[in-house]
Amino acid sequence: MSKLRVENVSRVFPGVRGGQPTRALEPTDLTVEDNDFITILGPSGCGKSTLLRIVSGLDRPTTGRVLLDGQEVSQPGPDRGMVFQSYTLFPWLTVRENIAFGLREKRVPVAEQADIVNRFIGQVGLKGFENHYPKQLSGGMQQRTALARALANDPKILLLDEPFGALDNQTRALMQELLLGIWEADRKTVLFVTHDIDEAIFMANRVLVMTARPGRVKCDIAIDLPHPRHYTMKTTPEFAALKARLTEEIRVESIRAAAEH
Amino acid sequence: MFEPLKPVSPGRRIALGILFFVVFFVLWGGATFSGLVPPLFLADPLKTAQAGIALFVEYGFIKDVGVTIWRVVGGFVIAAVFAVPLGIMMGAFKSVEAFFEPFISFARYLPASAFIPLLILWAGVGEAQKLSVIIIGSFFQVVLMVSVIVGGSRVDLVEAAYTLGAKRGGIVRRVLLPGAAPQIAECLRLVLGWAWTYVIVAELIGASSGIGHMIMDSQRLLDTGQMIFGIVTIGVIGLVSDFLFKQANERLYPWYFLK
Ligand SMILES: Nc1ncnc2c1ncn2[C@@H]1O[C@H](COP(=O)(O)OP(=O)(O)OP(=O)(O)O)[C@@H](O)[C@H]1O
Ligand SMILES: [Mg+2]
Repeated sequence: MSKLRVENVSRVFPGVRGGQPTRALEPTDLTVEDNDFITILGPSGCGKSTLLRIVSGLDRPTTGRVLLDGQEVSQPGPDRGMVFQSYTLFPWLTVRENIAFGLREKRVPVAEQADIVNRFIGQVGLKGFENHYPKQLSGGMQQRTALARALANDPKILLLDEPFGALDNQTRALMQELLLGIWEADRKTVLFVTHDIDEAIFMANRVLVMTARPGRVKCDIAIDLPHPRHYTMKTTPEFAALKARLTEEIRVESIRAAAEH
Repeated sequence: MFEPLKPVSPGRRIALGILFFVVFFVLWGGATFSGLVPPLFLADPLKTAQAGIALFVEYGFIKDVGVTIWRVVGGFVIAAVFAVPLGIMMGAFKSVEAFFEPFISFARYLPASAFIPLLILWAGVGEAQKLSVIIIGSFFQVVLMVSVIVGGSRVDLVEAAYTLGAKRGGIVRRVLLPGAAPQIAECLRLVLGWAWTYVIVAELIGASSGIGHMIMDSQRLLDTGQMIFGIVTIGVIGLVSDFLFKQANERLYPWYFLK
């Protein structure tokens, strides 16, 4: 059985102040297998965040439904971990307490919480910053903490909405390797939204390209590059060929999106 | 020196603060010692200081100060104990807000001092009446301010908490409350300042003790020195309580005060 099924999901936002309703997402179908790492590419405003929010349960679809392990999603829950594009660490909690947030909610025994938190602090490379508040961290460190916070809950699926979007290129590349390393070790199921074509190819075993608004999945490309992946892979001819193809697909949509505005 | 928003060094900040008081005393002394303003209307700084010493040594002024502080703190704590939870409920739950908000917005504009005659009728001139004035003056303000603070909580943090498995109760306890706490404390600090004005007004009418009562008594004796000293005392206590409150907030909520 597939891990996640998105069936005929669409989303129409009501018009703002008597304006036209916004069709953010056309009826979309998507099947995610266990251990898939799927990246979603698409021009700005095509409904990527909307799709992710619907899967997370933070937003409800206008039509269709989402099934996780055969169960219909009706509200947010700890089985779908989310990392947002904006910084959403709790500013009153330290790194350690932020990562433990979900564990405390689940009433995991304190000693066990500490073990889990320490493991993830090590995994995302935040040793020595356990007791810092979010304001005392760089953007990259904040997103690493957010990633650890989501992972500590041991979700069935990880939803990442441009988590590295606000980071500079070098930090972003390090974060990609970090996340990929975690995935190669744990084989989580991941849905990853990004603007960055390199990032989409490097991370994924499937890349979805979405059309300009109203968004729908335009193509679904398997990435058969071997694991473990290393950043040098970004210079191989296979990588370049995939990149050329995706660039072309995206370009068409970006031009369409631009023409509409 | 006058660049917008540019911080000043701590040394200069203190110097400037002290400079104000120097200027103030020079002007006050100049106006009174020179005879420009007759002593009947305004005592000179020296007389005021002497009056202050006499107040403490001969008239047991410290008791008045104690009584007034007790009233302010008592009334303020009672108001806060009820107002803060109600404000939190209103901020967190929009139907609770819809129920209370219109009335409280109206009640907020009822001047506490105008209730004094009515309260004397209801509660006599004892402590209950004094406390009531402060409670009426602070309660509605605190409720509305707390509800606005909690209502303005970051939605993205609430959503993050939901995806981490928090339920409604957890959202209120673990996201809305800790996020709003420092601002609630700041709001209480502000309202405590207002409570000081209410207590003095309450003591000007129908009181037999307290700083306000002393000021009223001094007026009968035309002792401007004592009157001014009484007013200054209130200012000093206000300054100290404000400072302590601020220190406590910075201790309790270090994350909020990180630059
Ligand atoms: N709450 C809302 N109310 C009204 N319209 C909305 C709302 N949220 C999103 N939209 C609209 O839905 C469309 C898709 O938004 P969405 O945030 O999903 O885009 P996106 O693909 O994530 O874009 P980006 O890459 O810029 O983040 C946009 O046109 C947006 O204006
Ligand atoms: Mg988005």
